[in-house]
Amino acid sequence: MDFLNAIIVLFNFTVIPALAYGSQLALGAIFVTLIYAVLRFANFATGDMMSFGTMFAVILTYYFQSLGFGLGVLPTALLTIPFAILMMILYMLIIDKFVFSYYRIKKSPPVQFAMVSVGVMFVTQALIRIIIGPSDRRFLDGEKFIIKATEFKEMTGLAEGITLKSTQAITIIVTLIVVSIMFWFLNRTKTGTSMRAYSDNEDLALLSGIDPKRVVLITWVIAGILATIGGVLYGLDKSYRPFVYFNNMLPIFAAAIVGGIGNPFGAFLGGYVIAFAEIFVTYAYKRFISYLLPEHLEPDSLLQLLSTDYKFAVSFSILVIVLLIRPSGIFKGKVI
Amino acid sequence: MRNYKNVIAAYSIMIFLIILVGIFQSWSIALTILNYCLISAVMTIGANIQWGYAGLINFGIMGYTALGGLAVVLVSVEPVKKAWQVGGLNILACIWIIVAIIFVVKFILNRFDKSKLRNYSVASVILGGIILLRITAAPGIEAIESVDPAKTGFLGGMGLPVLFSWIVGALLAGSLAFVIGKIALGLRADYLAIATLLIAEIIVSIIKHEEWLARGVKNVIGLKRPAPYEINLQTSEWFINLVAKFNSSKLNLINSISDKQEALNQMVIDASSVYVKLCFTGLFLTVVIILLIVTQKALYSPWGRKMRAIRDNEEAASAMGKNIVKEHLLIFILGSAIVGLAGAMMVTNDGLFTPGSYRPMRYTFVIWVMVIVGGTGNNFGAILGGFVVWFLWVEAAPIALFLINLFTSHLPETNAVRVHLIESAPYFRFLVIGIGLLLIMRYRPQGIIPEKIIKQ
Repeated sequence: MDFLNAIIVLFNFTVIPALAYGSQLALGAIFVTLIYAVLRFANFATGDMMSFGTMFAVILTYYFQSLGFGLGVLPTALLTIPFAILMMILYMLIIDKFVFSYYRIKKSPPVQFAMVSVGVMFVTQALIRIIIGPSDRRFLDGEKFIIKATEFKEMTGLAEGITLKSTQAITIIVTLIVVSIMFWFLNRTKTGTSMRAYSDNEDLALLSGIDPKRVVLITWVIAGILATIGGVLYGLDKSYRPFVYFNNMLPIFAAAIVGGIGNPFGAFLGGYVIAFAEIFVTYAYKRFISYLLPEHLEPDSLLQLLSTDYKFAVSFSILVIVLLIRPSGIFKGKVI
Repeated sequence: MRNYKNVIAAYSIMIFLIILVGIFQSWSIALTILNYCLISAVMTIGANIQWGYAGLINFGIMGYTALGGLAVVLVSVEPVKKAWQVGGLNILACIWIIVAIIFVVKFILNRFDKSKLRNYSVASVILGGIILLRITAAPGIEAIESVDPAKTGFLGGMGLPVLFSWIVGALLAGSLAFVIGKIALGLRADYLAIATLLIAEIIVSIIKHEEWLARGVKNVIGLKRPAPYEINLQTSEWFINLVAKFNSSKLNLINSISDKQEALNQMVIDASSVYVKLCFTGLFLTVVIILLIVTQKALYSPWGRKMRAIRDNEEAASAMGKNIVKEHLLIFILGSAIVGLAGAMMVTNDGLFTPGSYRPMRYTFVIWVMVIVGGTGNNFGAILGGFVVWFLWVEAAPIALFLINLFTSHLPETNAVRVHLIESAPYFRFLVIGIGLLLIMRYRPQGIIPEKIIKQ
């Protein structure tokens, strides 16, 4: 019984939150990696683009709520995602048309692209703050929990319970659906193959008749879908705050590079690697251990490797280690 | 001389703008802006050495700035004796443990060949070391943080003059840059950018959360100053006489003696803050001029030519027998040290150290915009960039407010759009900076004052 309790403690406080957080990071990381693979630059506006898409979802959610639309137990935000995605793609295409395309035609070095994306980051941040303001917003409605700890305890008769928030379940399910559709698209359809060809060798792809404009367009469309969904899921799970989204860019970058930049599947797994590492290293194992050990051996300290203040620092350290030992990432992306 | 015409013109416009602020807002605000412009100029000189001279992209400016600020606390604050008594030993022991870990890891790396076993043993040494560190440090940290937590709760500094900390800040930042450079300089440009950005974030989070070191997010206030205090000035005889002399024509217009005294008091209060800021301006200006002379000399020396050769064509420079790795590391250290100096100057100017305020937006990206806008590879350009962008960063909000009021003046006071726009006026600074950067990158990628190559 104690063993079961220990497993449930670990599951409740590390595995479930890490899976949800990892899914959110994974969507962002695939976004970064796609832009890197096809358009060949590190997009420093990643976090703010996700924030921009989420902003529309938040505004539309408020609008739908005022009209009385809703999905019952599910959050209204899910209903607004398609509209938010459309707005996001539109914004991305406008940005691409007026900013990035010029440098792409000129074949500028990646550093220049990165600096330009910093400019886009500033503009996007300004637009978000002017439109919706910098404050913290919660836009979750519907049922909050799928399983509550007390219900679980009653059901099983165990001392520890499992809490499953509906947002966590939605996050994991939606991520799996989106990512599987995307991989099917990239690997099985003709357009997806042409995208991968373009990413591998631009000149050869052009010779074999692939239209670069179309490839770029589709990349931005997929990027818009990923960015908006990732952002909305994060906002539902925690809350929507523009500044936090900017900060989230950093673990997302870490996930993309750890997974091997330019490799979407690596980025997907990288998100979970980063999330699990962050949570496992900063989790206090006292309660877990005290179930496993006999009573007189119970530990006094929290048994925490690093305090939770260093959550971000953990993921960044992993990134630095990976860059040192295996710069192409765990799952072999483009060679640096 | 003709080449310098646009430089002089650009700087005159900038000075004129700051004087305008002095006339329309107040001289105190104008001097605050000027001081921050000078500090930004030091940062951009540092960033320009790395990016303009050598083409290294360093997004870790925030980390070095924070480290420079930390140096001010560590050097100038009086030591907290009680904290040293209760926990100093543990902290010293930790430092020895860290040194020991580094030596053991180095020994393993040098002694054994590359193998899986070696990787695992290095990892286990580091992990074991961290656990040992936590066990040793925990009681000490707890004891230190409980020493009068409202006021101290940290080890304090060395109680030395604050100007000394500027040098220490530069040294700290330089030695950190040595470590980071060793780790990350082999990476390709955009990876280097991401790696340095994240490492800076780690540094700031350490400064933020290790409260025994510098109180963390509880901030250190009331730092020493290399300039007189306003309160002392307001009571000193010579200063009051000086103010009276300067404003004698205005004071003579007032007839009653009590009114005269009141007016004089107000003038003394205003003048004291201006005087203190002028002292800082003098100090900062000295630093900027010294740095400008040194960097300018370096740029046009054989060393500077070598750096540009490495920047423009690494392979060719390498074939000519230049040690690229060494030169990159050197320039990375030099640039970071200058940024550290700027960080120390900024904390000295503010008189308080607030680790929570170090954010990549303000301390990394804005500095980069300054370098790009001003002119990469040209020191005059970089300094001008610091002035222009900082000026826009501060004055964008008042200007935006003025324009919003102008364009929405036909709408009623309570109009929702108008109220919303007025509320969001502070955020127009991001818009101005972003659009400015995009326009410069597109239409004048070499910056306002482009790099000038003198053929010799």
